[in-house]
Amino acid sequence: MSMTPSGDFRTSYAADMTIFPTRNSRLALLIGLAVLLCAPLVLGRYELSLMIQIGFLGIAALGLNILVGFTGQISIGHAAFFGFGAFASAWLVEHGVPVPLAIPLAGVATALVGLVFGLPAARLKGLYLAIATLAAQFILEDFFARARWFTGGVAGRITEPFTLLGLRFDHDETYFYVVVFWVVVMFVAAANLMRSRDGRALVAVRDHYLSAELMGINLAYYRTLSFGIASFYAGVGGALYAHYLLFVSVEAFNILFSIQFLAMVIIGGLGSVMGSLMGAAFMVLMPELVQSAAQALEGGAIDRALSLGASINFLREMAIGAAIILFLIFEPDGLARRWRLMKAYWKLYPYSH
Amino acid sequence: MEWALLLQLVLNGLIVGALYGVVAMSFVLIYKASQVVNFAQGEFMLIGAWVCWWLLTKWQLPFWIGFPVCLAFMTIFGVIVQVVVLRPLIGEPVISVIMATVGLSIFFQALMKWMFGVFAQPFPPIFPAERLSLFGLQIQSVYLLSLALSAVIMLGFWWFFTFSKHGLAMRATAFDQQVAQSLGVSVPKVFAMSWAISAVVSAVAGVVVGVVSGVSSGLSFYGIKVFPAVILGGLDSIVGGMLGGLIVGVLENLAQYVDAQWLNWGNMTNIAPFYALVLILLIKPYGLFGTKNIERV
Repeated sequence: MSMTPSGDFRTSYAADMTIFPTRNSRLALLIGLAVLLCAPLVLGRYELSLMIQIGFLGIAALGLNILVGFTGQISIGHAAFFGFGAFASAWLVEHGVPVPLAIPLAGVATALVGLVFGLPAARLKGLYLAIATLAAQFILEDFFARARWFTGGVAGRITEPFTLLGLRFDHDETYFYVVVFWVVVMFVAAANLMRSRDGRALVAVRDHYLSAELMGINLAYYRTLSFGIASFYAGVGGALYAHYLLFVSVEAFNILFSIQFLAMVIIGGLGSVMGSLMGAAFMVLMPELVQSAAQALEGGAIDRALSLGASINFLREMAIGAAIILFLIFEPDGLARRWRLMKAYWKLYPYSH
Repeated sequence: MEWALLLQLVLNGLIVGALYGVVAMSFVLIYKASQVVNFAQGEFMLIGAWVCWWLLTKWQLPFWIGFPVCLAFMTIFGVIVQVVVLRPLIGEPVISVIMATVGLSIFFQALMKWMFGVFAQPFPPIFPAERLSLFGLQIQSVYLLSLALSAVIMLGFWWFFTFSKHGLAMRATAFDQQVAQSLGVSVPKVFAMSWAISAVVSAVAGVVVGVVSGVSSGLSFYGIKVFPAVILGGLDSIVGGMLGGLIVGVLENLAQYVDAQWLNWGNMTNIAPFYALVLILLIKPYGLFGTKNIERV
């Protein structure tokens, strides 16, 4: 029943590059997908809406992970790009583009904006880039509030649900499939990107950019490229968000949201494709946990002393901040490493020692 | 164009800019000593201001007791933050450290909102609020006082880094940690000290802003405005931080003027420094006074 081979038996590059190394892991993937597709038949609205959120946030987080975890560039303005994708899709739909086409087009538009802000990134790294993207966050936020033709200004913008071949995907049960489709496409694309020459170039830039440059990797090109890819993912995630909520408001894409994306990437695991999804799941489920914990304490002495119910939003923000710091200190490789350890434990079960 | 208005705006810009400069200096201090970019600088201001406010209003302490108690608290607070959060991250990549301070920033901001609420609270009147007129310009006495305080802090920094033993140890650490260590400088102590000083100085700036316009969570935006200032001046130059703060202060007031006269975009006060920031990064990434980082293989 092993998911990973119990030794190194690889004799070709192709075998070394497979994403799913054993027959069992391929089977598990198919079964997992089948179970996922049956989920709307079993689960309630609430669970489905959580899963949809995990889906579109996971796509955007994967984009950030390609930038931060694979290329070693940082962005503190990811939510602004996510927002740009949401508005771009809504704007396209209003100008007659069908929704299924508007979602990838919004991704492309966001990628173009990302490339503009990525131009300084070609020369900058580390902290200078962090500050440049912080500036991008505030400039884009200001742009959202001002560009009424694009965003609807302070009132926000209403958009239409996803429709394909006369079918309307406007419920959690149906929209779930749209999100699953995009999650699978985007995650497979990312996993494959990382096996290609370009993906390895990105990792080389992260690990030692001088060596990478000496080996003939064009630093400016790959840094800008990774910014474009990250923005594309953010744009697609944002577009899915827009057609899920059917309303995009200007205030949603603030710096706190950007930090949440960073938190997803750290918690999930820097440089891990599946980690991005785990991080998104953690960030979606944690506030729910905080809320239910606060509700469990409701009316008790602690609640009265600390007024938990009234300040649930602050508790959530604190939990996000604390999660970032605790993961950085105690588990810098994130949930993805835990997952690998678990798989490694079961690999040799029951003879693990 | 009304020259008096313009002059008034420049003066306002200098007053606010001096405060930015003070926060920028405390930011640069941490960066120079321990190579950590502190995204939570604004929260340090916020915490200082709230603690002082709490001591003055809830405990009814007079200002000359409450203020030193607040500063003592901030000293301990700075050391604790450094020891608990930043010390385990020594040797980690820059990105991890940046993200840890980002985490600190939202943690403390939410904590302050939880403890003290989201509404701006006025400080009890400490100094008589008078309007002085200076060369035909109207200035509130509190502003003058904040300008004077900023100047005092700057002088203090200058003295500390040129003459005091600890300041010299700090400069040695910033120059080369291993050499400093071999000369008997305790690097962990220097790190802790730099955080303590930075927290205290930010808290002073926070209290000044609080006295002038009330304490609220909006205060932590100063911590973000600091970035244009430090990038402009160069990240590792204390003088540059001060100058960058003054330039940003004047710039945002002038931007507001231009906006009100011709553009009518709104919100230019807050956004103009960031446009300037992107431009500077494109043209001169190491700022006006920063040392250019030449990497050799």
